[in-house]
Amino acid sequence: MGQSLSIHNLEAWYGSNKILKGINMEIRPNQVTAIIGPSGCGKSTFVRCINRMHETLPRTRVRGEISLDGRSIYDLNPVALRKTVGMVFQKANPFPSMSIYDNVVAGLRLNGMKNKQELKASAEKSLRMAALWDEVKDRLNYSGMSLSGGQQQRLCIARALAVEPSVLLMDEPASALDPIATTHIEELIRSLKEIYTIIIVTHNMQQAARIADSTAFFLSGELVEHGPTSEIFTNPHDKRTEDYITGRFG
Amino acid sequence: MRQSLNDGQLILNNLLKDMGQEVERILQGCIKTLKSLDRTQAEYWIAQDQVVNNLERQVDDECVRLIATQQPVAKDLRKIISAMKISTDLERMGDLAIGIAKVVRRIEGPLCKPLIDIPLMAEKALAMMRQGLEAYRTEDMELAQNLALQDDAVDHLYNQIVRDLLVIMSQKPEILDQGMYLTFAGRYLERFADHATNIGENVIYITTAERKDLNK
Ligand SMILES: Nc1ncnc2c1ncn2[C@@H]1O[C@H](COP(=O)(O)OP(=O)(O)OP(=O)(O)O)[C@@H](O)[C@H]1O
Ligand SMILES: [Mg+2]
Repeated sequence: MGQSLSIHNLEAWYGSNKILKGINMEIRPNQVTAIIGPSGCGKSTFVRCINRMHETLPRTRVRGEISLDGRSIYDLNPVALRKTVGMVFQKANPFPSMSIYDNVVAGLRLNGMKNKQELKASAEKSLRMAALWDEVKDRLNYSGMSLSGGQQQRLCIARALAVEPSVLLMDEPASALDPIATTHIEELIRSLKEIYTIIIVTHNMQQAARIADSTAFFLSGELVEHGPTSEIFTNPHDKRTEDYITGRFG
Repeated sequence: MRQSLNDGQLILNNLLKDMGQEVERILQGCIKTLKSLDRTQAEYWIAQDQVVNNLERQVDDECVRLIATQQPVAKDLRKIISAMKISTDLERMGDLAIGIAKVVRRIEGPLCKPLIDIPLMAEKALAMMRQGLEAYRTEDMELAQNLALQDDAVDHLYNQIVRDLLVIMSQKPEILDQGMYLTFAGRYLERFADHATNIGENVIYITTAERKDLNK
């Protein structure tokens, strides 16, 4: 099941540059939350804080509180956290030297799973969930790089799903995909929220409107407005949100 | 910024303005025809229906085009949806005006009394339409809300017309037909004013995203 996320006064720095300036946000379980905002406003930084990847970069700092179902993420070790909070990146990044199959089970092996039957079952399940199974079931031994961009992206989603996280972070997962692959991914996201809590960063307003239950608008490291998607796109409360979503920004 | 969307909205504003002008021209013509009971003129005005219908279709086409190509949201979307609704109101107003010309087809003259209140009602209803469109153009909430008051005045005038005609009809049964058709004309104008009030409701919706019933 998806877990809820509670974010309090989250601040993040690159060097002396303060990128997130005190974000407060409640994210409900089994919902799709879209993060929108102009380039450079801190969306990627925000999601990277949630699985504690931001702090792994040099000269970075994080302050504030993030809790998963009421439990601080800083009480978990980062590896365990990243098993619970999966991430899919903007650019599909299959492990280049690995086959399709090995890509999917990489996380499970890392977590110590050795049983061949179990690995196989889990790979199939994840590939099915990522709506990729039918396209690759006859060539699981091919390199992950032999897939098209959209397929690679779904492969990365399958890889993230295999370790059975409860929260899925997606940073512009469909930005490099054609409309058909995008529709696939969007349908996938909609069906995945039954099981996961999903946070998706997107530059595509219509995409946010189509798939997200709630939408958050970030601007210069601040959360301007967070509310039900239907409200954000029909009647936003903040003038800056309205200017942004109607394309009249700046 | 968003030039094509802005251009489209400008086109819509101009189309609605044209529609308003056409409806005004038609209603004024129909009232004149009612005064003169000239059946040739009546047929001319009845045929003017097409002009307003064509404009309404152009508004629809432009709205559909903008929604399909510009994916408007928030206030942009409310403006476009409202333009569509306002054009439907204006088209109905044109029909109601023409209803008065149709009444002329049936009335056997001469009129039982000089027409005073019906032309007055038409003037008030037209003023409401102009005010509604001005409120739309300038997104003026006060102008929009004020339409409710004016609508009450028109309703009041209508009730008075009905009462007066009833008195005349009860005294002169030979003009029963005429009295009934003149009551229809009054009723059309009362409905015309309701549609003008709807324009105001759309203006309120555009600015606040809230639905308000001004027709109470
Ligand atoms: N590795 C880095 N080192 C220093 N500054 C960084 C680094 N990565 C990002 N930044 C800065 O942090 C700010 C926020 O970046 P972030 O990647 O979170 O933005 P974003 O909202 O995801 O933008 P985009 O929509 O373009 O992906 C930007 O001003 C950026 O210049
Ligand atoms: Mg980013």
